[in-house]
Amino acid sequence: MSAAEERKSLPALIEEAQRLLAICNACRYCEGYCAVFPALQRRLAFPEHDVHYLANLCHNCGACHYACQYAPPHPFDLNFPRTLARVREQTYRKYAWPGAFASLYDRNALAVALASFAGIAFMFLLAAFLSDPARLFQAHPDAKGSFYALIPHGTMVAVFGAVSAFVAVAFTVGIARFWPDMGERLADFVRPSTAAEALHDAFTLHWLDGGEDGQGCRHPDEKPSNARRIYHHLTFYGFLLCFAATSTATVYHYVLGWKAPYPFLSLPVVLGVVGGIGLIVGPLGLMALRRRRDPELAAPEQKGMDEGFLALLVATSVTGLALLFLRETAAMGTLLCLHLGAVLALFLTMPYGKFAHAIYRVAALVRFHLERRRPVAFSLPE
Amino acid sequence: MAAGKSCDVLVLGGGNAALCAALTAREAGASVIVLEVAPRAVRGGNSRHTRNMRTMHDAPLDVLTGAYPEEEYWQDLLKVTGGQTKENLARIAIRETEGNLPWMKSKGVRFQPPLGGTLHLSRTNAFFLGGGKALMNAYYAAAESAGIEIRYETEVVDLDIRDGVFHSATVEQAGERAMIRASAVVAAAGGFESNLEWLREAWGPTADNFLIRGTPYNRGRVLKLFMERGAETLGDPTQGHCVAIDARSPKFDGGIVTRVDAVSLGIVVNADADRFYDEGEDFWPKRYAIWGRLVAGQPGQIAYSIIDSKSMGRFMPPVFPPVQARTLADLAKALTLDPARLERTVADFNAAVRPGTFDHTIFDDCRTEGLAPAKTHWARAIDTPPFYAYPLRPGITFTYLSVVVDESARVRFGGTHSENVFAAGEIMSGNVLGKGYVAGVGMAIGTTFGRIAGREAARHVRG
Ligand SMILES: Cc1cc2nc3c(=O)[nH]c(=O)nc-3n(C[C@H](O)[C@H](O)[C@H](O)COP(=O)(O)OP(=O)(O)OC[C@H]3O[C@@H](n4cnc5c(N)ncnc54)[C@H](O)[C@@H]3O)c2cc1C
Ligand code: SF4
Ligand code: SF4
Repeated sequence: MSAAEERKSLPALIEEAQRLLAICNACRYCEGYCAVFPALQRRLAFPEHDVHYLANLCHNCGACHYACQYAPPHPFDLNFPRTLARVREQTYRKYAWPGAFASLYDRNALAVALASFAGIAFMFLLAAFLSDPARLFQAHPDAKGSFYALIPHGTMVAVFGAVSAFVAVAFTVGIARFWPDMGERLADFVRPSTAAEALHDAFTLHWLDGGEDGQGCRHPDEKPSNARRIYHHLTFYGFLLCFAATSTATVYHYVLGWKAPYPFLSLPVVLGVVGGIGLIVGPLGLMALRRRRDPELAAPEQKGMDEGFLALLVATSVTGLALLFLRETAAMGTLLCLHLGAVLALFLTMPYGKFAHAIYRVAALVRFHLERRRPVAFSLPE
Repeated sequence: MAAGKSCDVLVLGGGNAALCAALTAREAGASVIVLEVAPRAVRGGNSRHTRNMRTMHDAPLDVLTGAYPEEEYWQDLLKVTGGQTKENLARIAIRETEGNLPWMKSKGVRFQPPLGGTLHLSRTNAFFLGGGKALMNAYYAAAESAGIEIRYETEVVDLDIRDGVFHSATVEQAGERAMIRASAVVAAAGGFESNLEWLREAWGPTADNFLIRGTPYNRGRVLKLFMERGAETLGDPTQGHCVAIDARSPKFDGGIVTRVDAVSLGIVVNADADRFYDEGEDFWPKRYAIWGRLVAGQPGQIAYSIIDSKSMGRFMPPVFPPVQARTLADLAKALTLDPARLERTVADFNAAVRPGTFDHTIFDDCRTEGLAPAKTHWARAIDTPPFYAYPLRPGITFTYLSVVVDESARVRFGGTHSENVFAAGEIMSGNVLGKGYVAGVGMAIGTTFGRIAGREAARHVRG
């Protein structure tokens, strides 16, 4: 089956999810695995906005599927994790801003490839225009100030500042539409207590523990394992460290007046190296797990979205580290453009790729913790 | 027939009792083969549909709150069986459950505190995280790593048992027959609830309209072979645990979700659109089991639970959407009932409803007067459209007919207990549960006697 055929239309998918949710709600055997079940058990019916909400609480750990007596070959043909994974992609599309870019999900791998190409080409052109093209391929034995000799610092800040602002606006608009669609008030989104709980869950990957005792989720196969959680931590904290490296560098530059590149034992470099390694090992690990994933649970049409994002993370990190170690050689100019191009592509595709999961997952977790405090709207005799 | 193979302990069946026996025998050093007729994807018999085990405990234990002492457990069992239980065996089953819990955890089974809808069982029943299929997955994984040989899609078709002594079993796999010798055998192949011919023999032609809530593989072949080889049985072959479930459920394996909890909130009519029993006699979970039999007694073995919009949202949502209509006549048409007759039944019922204060969490004072049969609680006029209906059919959970065993799970042949033939689980549960049902006792019996059978079989083999 082609990827396009695998991808159901939104109404058909929501209908399928509603059918499964009704089965799970009557069954409830999996209530201890994750946040999805306590949340669904608060409901008697599942309008579309709630289907999006529940889907974004799920992280496809597979535990419920292996436990499910209604999984194929049962005639109920229940595949809860895969169905919710498909709904999630629809959530990202539905709330993507600008809406026209939602179609990038159709060919996410291609989008990532083109963005990378464009990003890198843009950086080369920028360097070529703003400085002497010949310097692009020269060695820089003193290193000091060499990056900015190619692309002035102000230009870098302008380009990445604009792109970051765009990403922030895109996700803000997405959440600003997603949240009220669920019938929630914006003020509740930022309530400190629930926001803190949601962030705690997100930062610890709390629900990847597979049911309270830390055995881990069913990934890549039926055996509980913490591999996915570890690789995800490496990826996420690697990303954060790289971000921290950039931020400290900015402080160095503006506040302290120190110019990059920085010595090997300086804070930005140490943060960047440690983060960069995490950002190589983590995504590669996730990609390997993904490839070994039980085909029953994978959503094959999402391969491009998942792997495109992971590949871009690896590319960013590899070029960054290479730049660090080869910054005094003639390769510096090329690597700088490659690295900045990859980062640019990463940022540009963030709102239209796998990264969106983080945003909607956190929003769903915030709602989960809000709901936990509310009484259930109906009462059932025991 | 293919050349034989042999082992110390041969286990017939692949559900909870079978795996408990196999794992215990293996722990004691015996070589073990497990024969499961089902394919791997649907292994585990009815056990894969379960959710909890009733467990004795004198103080809070793991996920269990408070205390559930032996005596209280025994009284609960005595009450539901109306005395059709062997006290010595029942007390063993009860007492051992406390020790079962840590043993199960050591095999990878995980428990969870009950949450929605089942909180009232948090003291008495230990819930399996993920339900019975997750439990069976854990047992099978433990069995594989312990070196137990598991043969799927392998049916026991004959047993060489002479004078109460087991010699070998004949099995069929992919059309090939083979013989397996063993020094001891544990029969844990369930009851005969999915054998439609046998059900028909026991219940008559009405059985054709029964749905089977669990596995299609419990066809009672091992039970029948045991009977043919002279094993003593107990329990009424015409008795089974039978509940009213949604008529749209699949013939087999519908499991827990086919339950319809709306009955006590409205009325139930048969194919003639007539009421036939007091829907408000008791809380629904307690009446669950008698309605199977009641529906079985109606023409065509079908009935319809009918409620109006006032009752929506007051019961556990069933898996199938209700049949829905703006008027009773339209509802009747959708159900292929006589519209005029249904309208009259509802009008008679509505006219008989006395005013009261509705509260479905207690025995309230909403009842009918001058109506036969009466509705004694939760009676409210059915008058607020839309109207809803759930079709009901009898659903068989398990059968009671069992082989007779002693405290060591040894099967009795002609007055004496066999040295090397053991039984565990549903195939012998009639010794403890001769009638009725109380939630979680099936797994208690299967786990306890499975472990006893495994231990005793290994002792017989290895001394
Ligand atoms: C929907 C449902 C829910 C239930 N919920 C609960 C609950 O929550 N708690 C509880 O305590 N009880 C519950 N029960 C009852 C419970 O399922 C049984 O008491 C228990 O599973 C019996 O275990 P067992 O191992 O004896 O039989 P089973 O688990 O049924 O295993 C029998 C095994 O024998 C195999 N077999 C049969 N014939 C052959 C043959 N000829 N050759 C080889 N293999 C064969 C079958 O394939 C199967 O693997 C429930 C039952 C149903 C149907
Ligand atoms: S996934 Fe299957 S076993 Fe789990 S709650 Fe849903 S229907 Fe029940
Ligand atoms: S796959 Fe995991 S996270 Fe998703 S619903 Fe199932 S148990 Fe929950």
